[in-house]
Amino acid sequence: MSSAVAARPGTAEPWRDPAADPFLRIEGVTKRFDGFVALDAVTLPIYRGELFALLGASGSGKSTLLRCLAGFIEPDAGRIVLDGQDLAGVPPYERPINMMFQSYALFPHMTVAQNIGFGLRQEGAPKALIADRVAEMLALVQMEGFGNRKPAALSGGQKARVALARALAKRPKLLLLDEPLSALDKNLREATQFELVNIQERTGTTFVIVTHDQEEAMTMATRLAVMDRGTLAQVGTPGEVYEFPNSRFTAEFLGTANILEGVIEAADDQVTRIGSSELDFDILAEAGALKPIGSRAYVAIRPERMRIERTDPATPLADNRLVGRVRDIAYFGDFFMYYVVLDSGKEIRVSQPNLRRMTARPVDWDDRVAVTWDAEASMVLPE
Amino acid sequence: MKGRLGRAIVLALPWSWMALFFVVPFLIVLTIAFAEPSEGLPPYTPLLRWSEEGGPVIQLNLANFRLFLEDPFYLEAGLRSLRVAAISATLCLLIGYPMALAIARAPERWRATLLMLVILPFWTSFLLRITAWIGILQDQGWLNSALMALGVIREPLRLLYTDFALYIGITYCYLPFMVLPLYATLSKLDPALLEAAEDLGARPWRAFLQVTLPLSMPGVVAGFLLVFIPVVGEFVIPELLGGPGAQLIGRVLWTEFFQNRDWPLASALAVVLLMILVAPIALFQARAAREGR
Repeated sequence: MSSAVAARPGTAEPWRDPAADPFLRIEGVTKRFDGFVALDAVTLPIYRGELFALLGASGSGKSTLLRCLAGFIEPDAGRIVLDGQDLAGVPPYERPINMMFQSYALFPHMTVAQNIGFGLRQEGAPKALIADRVAEMLALVQMEGFGNRKPAALSGGQKARVALARALAKRPKLLLLDEPLSALDKNLREATQFELVNIQERTGTTFVIVTHDQEEAMTMATRLAVMDRGTLAQVGTPGEVYEFPNSRFTAEFLGTANILEGVIEAADDQVTRIGSSELDFDILAEAGALKPIGSRAYVAIRPERMRIERTDPATPLADNRLVGRVRDIAYFGDFFMYYVVLDSGKEIRVSQPNLRRMTARPVDWDDRVAVTWDAEASMVLPE
Repeated sequence: MKGRLGRAIVLALPWSWMALFFVVPFLIVLTIAFAEPSEGLPPYTPLLRWSEEGGPVIQLNLANFRLFLEDPFYLEAGLRSLRVAAISATLCLLIGYPMALAIARAPERWRATLLMLVILPFWTSFLLRITAWIGILQDQGWLNSALMALGVIREPLRLLYTDFALYIGITYCYLPFMVLPLYATLSKLDPALLEAAEDLGARPWRAFLQVTLPLSMPGVVAGFLLVFIPVVGEFVIPELLGGPGAQLIGRVLWTEFFQNRDWPLASALAVVLLMILVAPIALFQARAAREGR
């Protein structure tokens, strides 16, 4: 179903191969805190070399899952198997897993080089080998010449690089990243995102990254899991989850979506017709909606897939066409977001790219407008 | 202009406090230290005298300082005081560090109570608490009675008026001065640092040695000095619990001042003591300033 969605070039997609063996198997992992279920029987296979993102709001359980992988939390039930090794009862200091902490957690009393070499020193590696590896890591994150600085003398972006270098120095089988870029400002964050992906591809290490930033997850991840109240709401490539959300929750969590409610009235091999009490007209969607005729369905439509134009009451009514009044217009620079109130009182968001400089907007406040979209833009939600 | 005046007023208060209660008394002590003892009131000679030709003459008497260096009695008392203070501060550190660490890592809701328990003895009179130790440690005291009742010993142990009693008393009294600065440093330590150490392969004990301990050094040094400095001049606890043989500098000072009425010598001893104690504080300050940069 995702043939239309672009994959990262050169990336194999082992999750599509039923014979492929997952590198990390999370099986039925459950964790409760004082009666509150933080993780509810989470099962998730992750493959070698993936950059997998756990995406969710705070309290969704994504951090708890990450801490279970690191070994700071022991699950109440379920198992975690990495490269064939069951990690139950293995303390953090014996796991072949390293973590880049949200606050970076650089040791303030050690230099950058001592920080990066810390993990290797614990193994009793020879000094010459540690020095070589530290130099290699400094080069990897483009921090040559900073080895003798203390963390306090580094900028936020530099600290992030050192934290990454320290976590990679022991060549872990699995690298965990806890909101790695949340402390950086927007421009630096975007640049660092690309660099992280670059480093991940060069080292071939499997990354699991926790983030609440959907852009970060979308741009970086090979696959992502949207988490909600301790469960996985949806797992897939960023494109799959964005274009084929399986529920209202994921449709609204990843990107923006207008949700319309209706009943499936007819379906043939061309089109699915959904009748709605909210609207005067039917919603047309692509064929292949998984639900039987007569069942209730939610339809999600992305604001950027909708068109908006001024209309007069004489225009004939039609399917996939909503009429309302512009309540508000938000200017984002690269696009406008129109807030359209339908006669039923429902609000619809429509975005239009800001294609030409200094032109008058075709639609203004309080205009009566028609909002239209193509049938293929209607995403019928399975849940 | 107005802001500067306000700042001057705010700063004037601590400065005048320091001047009035530290600088002036110290200058008085310093003056007396360079005088000679004499009969009468005050029991020392003035520094500034009028010579027979009519001009003013300042007479500095260095004999008191020389005595400290030449008479082994004073030097030994000084060294013994430093040793007792060092051992006491070490004992406090060994007992206080685990306590402070336990409190810092206790659940949030318990910390205030545990800290209160550390400070609680201060609410009872200091003398009363020391006297209580006499009751515990004396030949017919609670400890000996209990040990004899249990059959561990037949004869009462000699506990009171020994170094053992001295260290118990000092450690007991000064422990909170060690625990509080240690707690302050340890509770501010980011728990993520320890997790990072463990994540990178450090077993808990190594993580403690490589991360917790070095990062708590400011607390260790502050606690050590807070115990060490007052114990060097401690007079009451050695007097009440310690043995008769071991003269400490505080006791010597008291004897010279009140019994021998040799104010200049007592003052000279006090000045020397201060000089010895200033050195470690200055070192600590320099270290703290370097760390801060």
